[in-house]
Amino acid sequence: MKRHIQNQLIVLVLTGASIFYSSCKKDVISTTSLYGALAPKNIDLNADTWTPVLVTDPTVFTVAVPDAITSPSYVADLNEIKGYQRSLTSDQKAIIKYWSAGAVLRWNEILRELVAKHNVPPYQNIDGTYPAPNAANPFNYPTFPFSNPPYAARAYAYVSAAQYDALITAWHFKKQYNRPAPYKNDAGVQALVPQSDLPSYPSEDAVVSGAAVEMMELLFPADIAYIEQKAAEQKLYRIMAGANVRGELDAGELLGKQVADVFAARARTDKAGTAGGNAAYWKSLEDKTTVKGEQFWVSLETPKRPPMLPLFTKVKPFLFDTLTVVTLRPPAPYSTHSAEFKKENDEVLSYSKNATRANQELVAFWADGAGTYTPAGHWDAIAADEFVKQSYSEVRWARNFALLNMAEMDAAIVCWDTKYFYFNPRPTQINSAIKTLTGIPNFPSYTSGHSNFSGAAATVLTYLLPDRGTKFTDLAQKASLSRLVGGIHTRQDIEVGLSTGKAVGQYAAQRGQSDGAGIGN
Amino acid sequence: MMKSLRTHFYKCLVIAVCFWGSVQHASAQMENDGIMIPKNYLCPGVMYGTSSWKNYWEGTFKRNNGNIGTLSTKMYSAMVTYGITNDLITTLNVPYVTTHASAGTLAGQKGFQDISINLKWRGLKIKQGKNTFSLIASLTGSIPMTNYEADFDPLALGSHSKNFTARGIVDYNYGAAFITASGAYMSRSNITIDRSSYYTTQLIYSNQVELPAMSDYNFRAGYRSKYFIAEAVADISTSIGGFDIRKNDMPFPSNRMNMTSIGGNLRYRLKSIYGLEFTAGDDYVVKGRNAGQSNMIHGGISYIFSLSKAKDQVSYKN
Repeated sequence: MKRHIQNQLIVLVLTGASIFYSSCKKDVISTTSLYGALAPKNIDLNADTWTPVLVTDPTVFTVAVPDAITSPSYVADLNEIKGYQRSLTSDQKAIIKYWSAGAVLRWNEILRELVAKHNVPPYQNIDGTYPAPNAANPFNYPTFPFSNPPYAARAYAYVSAAQYDALITAWHFKKQYNRPAPYKNDAGVQALVPQSDLPSYPSEDAVVSGAAVEMMELLFPADIAYIEQKAAEQKLYRIMAGANVRGELDAGELLGKQVADVFAARARTDKAGTAGGNAAYWKSLEDKTTVKGEQFWVSLETPKRPPMLPLFTKVKPFLFDTLTVVTLRPPAPYSTHSAEFKKENDEVLSYSKNATRANQELVAFWADGAGTYTPAGHWDAIAADEFVKQSYSEVRWARNFALLNMAEMDAAIVCWDTKYFYFNPRPTQINSAIKTLTGIPNFPSYTSGHSNFSGAAATVLTYLLPDRGTKFTDLAQKASLSRLVGGIHTRQDIEVGLSTGKAVGQYAAQRGQSDGAGIGN
Repeated sequence: MMKSLRTHFYKCLVIAVCFWGSVQHASAQMENDGIMIPKNYLCPGVMYGTSSWKNYWEGTFKRNNGNIGTLSTKMYSAMVTYGITNDLITTLNVPYVTTHASAGTLAGQKGFQDISINLKWRGLKIKQGKNTFSLIASLTGSIPMTNYEADFDPLALGSHSKNFTARGIVDYNYGAAFITASGAYMSRSNITIDRSSYYTTQLIYSNQVELPAMSDYNFRAGYRSKYFIAEAVADISTSIGGFDIRKNDMPFPSNRMNMTSIGGNLRYRLKSIYGLEFTAGDDYVVKGRNAGQSNMIHGGISYIFSLSKAKDQVSYKN
């Protein structure tokens, strides 16, 4: 009897344990995989009249005259679609589902992933120096690039802006050739994505991927195989979905690449390649600060790492000229010897000593440090979640991301200019008792990068989506505050950073107000 | 009753650790030995453990880190074991943990970690002359007691998962010599982290993280008498899945953490104050992957007494 009860108990415990276990073990699904198929509320047929970023004349690009829809080659292309549609596998259906959410959206996600993948600081050499990634030999450790926040912001900007200009150009040719989608030409072709009245030659999806591939091969050269595999998959998606014939995709890809080459040429000479500086320059930053009578920034890493991209200030901005970078630079921070400065750092110490779980959560959510898509990528993710709800056309997706990401890149330039102009120490350098709730970045304190990025992004997004009220500015406040309570920045760093970021964001908003696109639906 | 107590070796000290770089697998060390306590006996105890590492494995690459220095962890546990029957005992354990990095800027953490409950059932005991052979099943469940931050490795207090461990134990004694071997499977629930995306080998847009299950093999052998235990312990703990930390990246809760450790324990039961027991031990990680090469020293005090007869404690003086 006793043994019987004991056995029952064991069975009960095992059953309970398995129920408990099954209740908390679920497959983790990316929220982005749940996005539905893009069905634009407005196809923005007039987008060929919108103001591009760099391209002034679409007719300089080559888009071959399409074959007549009665031609044997077009019929063959239709048959290719029908061939796929006769027996779609579940994997192929998954590819359709994934890409149908939108080309600009998915390429932005792919870019965010590559940024996260490469956002790891290089490991030191045996002698305590640090190796630098080399674009000419991207596979050698440390692999190229180290996609830190400025690098990432610039990458997002170039890809978005190139896609935007490529789509405006594509709209020009779409209207010129005015060829309907395959499912409108042949009743035997099913539309497995929402139907559109937009002319389908050249394919807007292929224009987006062509531009993305061309830019990303420059920005992430070690991942060419992955990038091209994604582009091939996307092409296949359009064919399988009955949305484009192969000829439309080939023409679109070619156009996207041509337009991106304009941006790639700019990127090669925008001075980002030399933003790392050299030992003499790093030393001069210290000397310059000493001459001013201020305490200079020192790396808090062991071994000491050279400052991150001190010459990023020289990079050519998108929204204004380099002289404006200087005018946007905020006034000097409190002197490192002043009572105010001490008070600022004492406040950080008090947050550090009294870390609450709520503050930890705030810091972790906005940390966007090593191994992440960086603050600019975080704002892209926030924007994407909102844009999905708007059902924008591809060209509007591209334009809005271009405005957002040009603002992020230019905010990085202005912020980095400020950081290296004042070369101001981090709170932990001032008081080693200040411990941080996330990793401390390896560049000067004043002003906060997160605050600049967030101020700029919130300003652009609030312009684009005025019905969201203070949603984005509230988020920006939180992002900014997270750096204070996390022990990373002083209050002046975050407050001044936020307002400088807003000022940069205004340039993008103003550009948006006059580019002919408006805020759309 | 006294006689029956003597025939039971007991030990009710628990080592509950589940933090980065320490003895990850051991949600409750006593869940893996061959020792029981008799029916209606209660054994409360306290334990202190300290572990530290300077070197760690980033994937398979062994290194140190000037931004961490030496990572040390202290653990204070209160636990109680109760004999439901002579062959079924249960143990409850409450650990409090602190972490500290000697270099770098990252803030140390402190707080209550995961409460665990273990049930240990001796399903078979065969005694023949000097030989005793036992088969034991051990089940352990643990749940985080507080909302500590799991995504703060290597300083996190634990993985913040709900864990369930099932273990089979074979225990063999020849006189005072013994050998115990066991194997366990630990499943861990998904955890919720504070951010909305994270990179493993791909970017995942979720605050949910799937933690790999773990297997554990534990071997212990030595001398075990009425009042004294001296044992050597070897342990192999392996993640079933997970990913390697990339070069110079931060660790993450779903890393593939493997550890092989060796160590020893001494336990001594006083004759003068019957029921009082002292334990001390050390475990050292000799091989690992995405784990610190920690050395863990622990010691504890416990007291066993019967609930059935009020005077049992006194009568133990022999």
